Amino acid sequence: MRVLMKGTEAMAEAAIRAGCSAYFGYPITPQTELIHYMSRRMPEAGGVFLQAESEVSVINMVYGAAAAGVRVMTSSSSPGVSLMQEGISYLVGAELPAVLINVMRGGPGLGNIQPSQSDYFQSTKGGGHGDYKLITFAPSSVSEAASMVYDAFDITEKYRHPVMILADGALGQIMEPVSLPEQGASKPSVKNWALTGAKGRPANKIFSFYLDPKGLEEHNLHLQEKFKNIDDEIKYEEDISDDMEILVVAYGTVARILKNAVQKLRGEGRKVGIFRPISLWPFPESALKSASMKAKQVFVSEMSYGQMLEDVRRIVPDEIEVKFYGRAGGVVPSPNELYIKLKSLLERGV
Amino acid sequence: MSNQILERPKSLTQKQFHYCPGCHHGIIHRLIAETIDEFDLREKTIIVQPVGCAVYIYEYFDTDVSEAAHGRAPAVATAIKRVSKGKFVLTYQGDGDLAAIGTAEIVHAAARGENICVFFVNNAIYGMTGGQMAPTTLPGMKTATTPLGRDVKKQGYPIKVSEMLAPFEGVSYIERVMVSSPKHIIKAKNAVRKAFKYQLQEKGFSLVEFLSACPTGWGMPPVDAAKWVEENMTKQFPLGVYKEVGLDD
Amino acid sequence: MTEELIIAGFGGQGVMTMGQVLAYAGLNFGKEVSYLPSYGPEQRGGTANCMVVVSDEAVSSPYIDEPTSLIIMNQPSLEKFAPTLQENGILLYNASLIKEKVTSEKTSKVIGIEINHLANQMGKPQLANMIMLGAYVSLSNIMPVDSIKEVLPKVFSKKYHHLLPLNYEALDLGAKTVKG
Repeated sequence: MRVLMKGTEAMAEAAIRAGCSAYFGYPITPQTELIHYMSRRMPEAGGVFLQAESEVSVINMVYGAAAAGVRVMTSSSSPGVSLMQEGISYLVGAELPAVLINVMRGGPGLGNIQPSQSDYFQSTKGGGHGDYKLITFAPSSVSEAASMVYDAFDITEKYRHPVMILADGALGQIMEPVSLPEQGASKPSVKNWALTGAKGRPANKIFSFYLDPKGLEEHNLHLQEKFKNIDDEIKYEEDISDDMEILVVAYGTVARILKNAVQKLRGEGRKVGIFRPISLWPFPESALKSASMKAKQVFVSEMSYGQMLEDVRRIVPDEIEVKFYGRAGGVVPSPNELYIKLKSLLERGV
Repeated sequence: MSNQILERPKSLTQKQFHYCPGCHHGIIHRLIAETIDEFDLREKTIIVQPVGCAVYIYEYFDTDVSEAAHGRAPAVATAIKRVSKGKFVLTYQGDGDLAAIGTAEIVHAAARGENICVFFVNNAIYGMTGGQMAPTTLPGMKTATTPLGRDVKKQGYPIKVSEMLAPFEGVSYIERVMVSSPKHIIKAKNAVRKAFKYQLQEKGFSLVEFLSACPTGWGMPPVDAAKWVEENMTKQFPLGVYKEVGLDD
Repeated sequence: MTEELIIAGFGGQGVMTMGQVLAYAGLNFGKEVSYLPSYGPEQRGGTANCMVVVSDEAVSSPYIDEPTSLIIMNQPSLEKFAPTLQENGILLYNASLIKEKVTSEKTSKVIGIEINHLANQMGKPQLANMIMLGAYVSLSNIMPVDSIKEVLPKVFSKKYHHLLPLNYEALDLGAKTVKG
């Protein structure tokens, strides 16, 4: 059955249905509905809900709950996620599974509370200290956000590596029909490494501390090896054809807005394709490369001044021109604005 | 009796402590390990360790242990305790960890009345990083970052953690002790026992503050350092019970 | 068919409720829908608006820059959104607050309703938005007014259920106003 839900609330409910039994949070707009929802639903579901004193504390509570072996989640928005970066680095170092949601807003600094996509670098290139990248998924509808959060709990446990759901303010606030995933189909994995008391087994230790450089290098090599396997989680959506005049690349809310422009241009007989990365790390490199080779030019749009753009430029062969249009500061490009931009690129030709 | 005293507590591993001669961490570790054994809690205990000299706790205790980022042990312990039914959770933290970088976490864990034990080792200095000023460094005390001695006009006054946290309603028990002599070690052991009981009876947050010697950081021989704790630290940080809501029989 | 509606007014005029009710009803009626509220300080005393898409196909952009219909609840919203209306679109406005005679170069379907006056006559000023919604649904023909009534018990919390009959009446009154 399809129900109408806000993005934030659908993500919260999906987490509970995935067996998430601990949620820690701190209020920040535009994701406050998620923490409201959890404060109500988590006790009903028999889980732990706690509003902490800061995002710094939140992420370390997430770390504690993950170390104890339960499915745990937090959500925040850009400035709050910045505060969490140290803790995320510790999660990675100690190989703890956790689901994190960033409902991105405009920055830098306090910025504002309107939708943005300017935390792409932070999420996909590291963010905290040390040599790592976060598994990052970007939903573009409420329905996709819900199933993504649900699946994220399995994925984070599979790799013992945190998963970030990178949404934006629009997706947090929008209400859309969603078929919620079933409760109980996804089950927490058995974690023989978790801290449950050393009964009938050797004591378990959770740490990221390796004083000896050789030991730390070995640990890093192990992590790098693990990261390679995460390529299995690459996801994208494409609607392309051979000999495209232009291939449009965007993720999240911008990808949806662009669809309107693409439909309109196709109605005018133009050959326009669209490629939407769903996993931002690992990035769908080979799929984008082969799609781009069928196009005369590539167009990237983001609610930032070109972050994913750097990945696209790295991947698309040099002879294909990559054009960019970004809005930032909480400004969402409108369907018409993107249509006009694309139209001018098409008319200019290559 | 003497045989028993020499026996290594079951809750400790065989690993030799790395602490400097005259450092009190080893004694405090032992008191906690003995108490875990006494209450038969080894298989239920989860220790959250700090960043500081005690960062190797996970090698010394034969219990489940989690590292925490610097200062965040109370947040980590809060979550572990809340998601784990029937487990015994304690943090072990130094003065830089607890009273400087982790001030927010300890204050809020205390205010929430988290049912955990906190063992706070106050040696008035940052030991691990090379003897810098701590939030508990005494006025006039020389450290690597107060070469002329702590000038309260410039570096402010020491934070008295036990006094600060005792008024919170969520706090069930706080005592400040030292381990500079056998007599005081016995007193300290009793404080540790009491803190354990408060958690076992679900009375809320408990904390034992240990005044502790750091001969290396202070640039003193071990015997002088122990004496310095008794003569100088206790003036700034008086021993005693700061909070005790009462245990069930 | 894709209906792209913007509802705009002051915070407190029930703008968001109208949008949500319409989205719920659309889903219930078997349509694809999206509801996107403006959020933030705008809501507090300033203008509030929401964008609702009701379509036979999957909704791509929830953002609308050229609405097929406009529900305008106050003067500032009229100035902001009226120029964006599509050719032959619907422009419904609150004639209790907008006293000038509104005309549009884009469309002849411009209708002002004195919703505050009508709601006061019903004895409940809060019903103004439901009168407007009844008028809009009837005029746009996107679904029967009864579809709206069906979802009200789900949208309103239980403590307001005693007011449901009055809300049904308000919807009918709005519908009648534009049909008559």
